[in-house]
Amino acid sequence: MPTLKRTEILTDARTHYCPGCGHGIAHRLVAEVIEELGIREKTIGTAPVGCAVLLYDYFNCDIIECAHGRPPAVATGIKRVQPDKIVFTYQGDGDLAAIGTGETIHAANRGENITVIFINNAIYGMTGGQMAPTTLTGMVSTTTQNGRGEHGEGPPLKVCELLSALDGVCYLERTAVSTPKNVNATKRAIKKAFQNQIDGKGFSLVEVLSMCPTDWKLSTEKSVDFVNNEMKKAFPLGVYKDEG
Amino acid sequence: MGKKILLKGNEAMCEAAVQAGCRFFAGYPITPQNEVPEYMSKRMPQVDGVFVQAESEIAAINMVFGASASGARCMTSSSSPGISLKQEGISYITSAELPCLIANVQRGGPGLGNIRASQADYFQAVKGGGHGDYRLIVLAPASVQEIYNLTMNAFDWADYYRNPVMILGDGISGQMAEPVEILPYEPIVDLPAKDFVLDGCAGRKPRVVKTLYLRPTDALVTHNEHLQEKYKRIESELSLYEEYETANAEIVIAAYGITARIAKGAIRLARKKGIAVGLIRPITLWPFPSDPFAAAAETVGQMLVVEMSHGQFIEDVKLAVDSACPVEFLGKGGGWYPTEEIILEKIESMAAAVAKRGM
Repeated sequence: MPTLKRTEILTDARTHYCPGCGHGIAHRLVAEVIEELGIREKTIGTAPVGCAVLLYDYFNCDIIECAHGRPPAVATGIKRVQPDKIVFTYQGDGDLAAIGTGETIHAANRGENITVIFINNAIYGMTGGQMAPTTLTGMVSTTTQNGRGEHGEGPPLKVCELLSALDGVCYLERTAVSTPKNVNATKRAIKKAFQNQIDGKGFSLVEVLSMCPTDWKLSTEKSVDFVNNEMKKAFPLGVYKDEG
Repeated sequence: MGKKILLKGNEAMCEAAVQAGCRFFAGYPITPQNEVPEYMSKRMPQVDGVFVQAESEIAAINMVFGASASGARCMTSSSSPGISLKQEGISYITSAELPCLIANVQRGGPGLGNIRASQADYFQAVKGGGHGDYRLIVLAPASVQEIYNLTMNAFDWADYYRNPVMILGDGISGQMAEPVEILPYEPIVDLPAKDFVLDGCAGRKPRVVKTLYLRPTDALVTHNEHLQEKYKRIESELSLYEEYETANAEIVIAAYGITARIAKGAIRLARKKGIAVGLIRPITLWPFPSDPFAAAAETVGQMLVVEMSHGQFIEDVKLAVDSACPVEFLGKGGGWYPTEEIILEKIESMAAAVAKRGM
């Protein structure tokens, strides 16, 4: 039986995340990977705009907070100047797949040797539950009050599928944090995404399906069910690309 | 006297940047500044620097944000519509107090405008452009040599004040070629240690570069007050201008950049005709060198503002003059530029009006 202990990569600060939110699990997994790889003192993280903007309050490493959607560009600047450092972005669906789609696609296609942690909870959390690019068809949000689709929103954007067409990309995997098994798989994927960078293999992205009970207006338990039963249908888990 | 070589303004800016230790360039093609990314794409690898052709102006300025946070001397360049796109990033970089150089080789606007020279981005450069209360140090070179010299200085001031510096040029001075003395780089200030750099937290506490201030409730008020104190300090320390033939002048022209260059020709023509005209040319547009204008307004009869826009720079001149003398205007946007003859005509009509009133 392994002993559970705090990772020193996370601070003692109490997070601002809502009960049942998946960010806390994802933070913990990223932190454990940084610790296990022994890279804290050479890691530079980028914080997004969205629920994870306060990343620097929770992570015990250098962090730069970026404008909405711009972390892949900022990370490009950092990594090109300091190729020996480990640079990761941590972004939500609005940041990575709406306002920052251009930055995402081009950093991926250039094969920037960075690690991208993409939290997909199918909703705008910080602003109070508006439609995200990844909101499911028919899913209710504060800007799709009768379900996505009635205003010509189109279907949810599938980031791993989209990026898998790009030759510059090294590694793409979609995981979830809705079951213990999925959490373990997510950690393995995140570790691989960081290891790829250490090995100089290029752009690695892990898309993590995550819960947002508050803005889904579901109980924490039902939110887990929503990921397992609804989100995984729209966003099948798996490895979408592995050139490592 | 060092070796002189023939360079376009845009190329001189690049070479000065390289000489000053700029080792990161990110940019996006736009006329009339394409020589800049082209030159940098060739030159940066020669000095172990980084060149990135970004997918957008927004990405370019954010790459510069990351490069600056990494401690590199860095720059981006564009022309008017592209500079509009960069404003978000510029606002963030000023709040984060990171140094960098942004060059605007101005073209006609608004909108897609045209690709002729213009000075219609004065307000955007000097008054803000992006959101929030912030300032850029704005430099207005009037010759290719001055582009070279000021670009070197720009990196020093950016580092010294931890603030972005903008070279506000235009399509004429960017495109024209003149002999340039390639001066070696010498810092003009004591450069502070870059204690903000994010390079991994080996042997120190983690650092954060951020622009969000939520707690305590007045944290952003405090941050803004800190920025304003810095801007006041810059205003008190940095004010550059050139005076030309102002002693005993009856009319003083206010003009900057390429327009001031043309105005000098007009002044020589006017003086041959016996009209005593001089020029005050701001070299820093922010901080604005108000004092020479205020002083001149006390002694000259009239002032004439010449600019390649419908009247932006004139507002700062009028603030400096504070109604102490009449301020006339000659300017148009859209790619128009004044010739020496057009300026001379305006000077003559101003002189004639005074003579008539004096009769």
